[in-house]
Amino acid sequence: MAKKSDKKIIYKKEKEMPPSAISFYSMDYNKTGSWRNFRPVIDYEKCTLCMVCWKFCPEAAIKLEKTKKKGKEEVKPVIDYEYCKGCGICWEECPTRAIDIEEETN
Amino acid sequence: MRKVLTGNHALSYGAKLSRAQVISAYPITPQTEVVELLSQMCASGELKAKFIKVESEHSAMASLIGASAVGVRTFTATSSQGLALMHEMLHWAAGARTPVVMGNINRAFAPPWSVWTEQNDSLSQRDTGWMQLYAQNNQEVLDSVIQAYKVAESLDLPAMVVLAAFVLSHTSETVDIPAQEKVDEFLPTYKREYKLDPDEPHAFGGLTKPDNYFELRYKIQKAMEKALNKWEEVGEEFEAFFGRKYGLVETYKVSDAKNLIVSSATIASTARNAVDSLREKGKKVGLLRIRVFRPFPAEMIRRILSSVDKVIVIDRNIGFGSSGIFCQEVKAAMYNEKNTPPIFGVIAGLGGRDVTSKNIIEIYEDVIKMEEPESDIIWKDLKI
Repeated sequence: MAKKSDKKIIYKKEKEMPPSAISFYSMDYNKTGSWRNFRPVIDYEKCTLCMVCWKFCPEAAIKLEKTKKKGKEEVKPVIDYEYCKGCGICWEECPTRAIDIEEETN
Repeated sequence: MRKVLTGNHALSYGAKLSRAQVISAYPITPQTEVVELLSQMCASGELKAKFIKVESEHSAMASLIGASAVGVRTFTATSSQGLALMHEMLHWAAGARTPVVMGNINRAFAPPWSVWTEQNDSLSQRDTGWMQLYAQNNQEVLDSVIQAYKVAESLDLPAMVVLAAFVLSHTSETVDIPAQEKVDEFLPTYKREYKLDPDEPHAFGGLTKPDNYFELRYKIQKAMEKALNKWEEVGEEFEAFFGRKYGLVETYKVSDAKNLIVSSATIASTARNAVDSLREKGKKVGLLRIRVFRPFPAEMIRRILSSVDKVIVIDRNIGFGSSGIFCQEVKAAMYNEKNTPPIFGVIAGLGGRDVTSKNIIEIYEDVIKMEEPESDIIWKDLKI
């Protein structure tokens, strides 16, 4: 996928312009993590790997990562802070209160 | 194959024959039977579609916009409050240029609660960018769904097939159900150029600055203008396939008519009887039925109305603070014509009050005595 281009697109011909607004690249470049005022942090001691946070995250900013715990393979939720906007939905939804939320200081 | 169908089931069969691939809906009287039958067809495997049960009409339309953006054929149906709840998403469907097709059964808005017919629900969606078509019988309901997909998908515009509550929705009529193979030939699979595709990610409908937004709106209007010809073209093609002809408008006994009744939907089909009775009494009257309301066939209407003496527009709706909505549109279309006949606006049948052939004859005889309209609204059958 092409990266974000700062070039301004001005269409001169009707046919060249798509019928609706569409980006010509993936929106991956748009790192929304900088919007965050509150940072959710997962306490893996309390986390039961139920994946409720992964399901509820509206930005798909919680990724599933394969790890090994006591020699056993498991999948755990990991917050991607490059995209997490700090909405707090994961913190609200976590059934075991394994997610804490801290104020961003920088 | 001929079958006795309600207007509701005619919509379901229209969607089934068009091979809708995603159906998402929330029930509301009088629309409920439309999705009830479709859900049964999906459950039995008769229709290979994904049926999404949602918590509101807003979600129904939102899910169809997503599905349509992927490039599949989508269908839903609703009525009155449900359509109003969809309003935001109706704008979105048009702006995203997703050719969703929906049925709307005209039901009067609450309060006070009503389940009977009135056109204010669909007409208050006039400026959303949806095409709107008002059917007069159940055969036309079924046929129009198939045609709507063909027009909608060729221009990336959503379309609404509108029918009257109870007068059509719950009335059984004989309907010819075309053979599936013939419909498949008439309506090929939907192919979308700009698709939602995880393998080739794009953002759709993102923030667009004034330097491009203006032209995107222009393009919706251009597509609407092209749709005028497209509806006519598809109507003719439909006749070649299935033997039934449809167009933007329908005329009845207009060639030698001195005065014309203009109306839509089921009032227009009843008006045909009234025209016959008046003709027997020697009155030179004809009927113009407006079938497609968006895009508005202004040019065609100008051609038909500029040669008559008087025009009576009967509206089963009201633009509060102004007048009947079809009447406003007809007047606007005629304003710059040199020979504009006086246009009389009649409001009748709000909240599903019956508009019979006798009522229409009375309207004609009362109005025709007047030289010019004395007010913007002539109320028919007002009891207070």
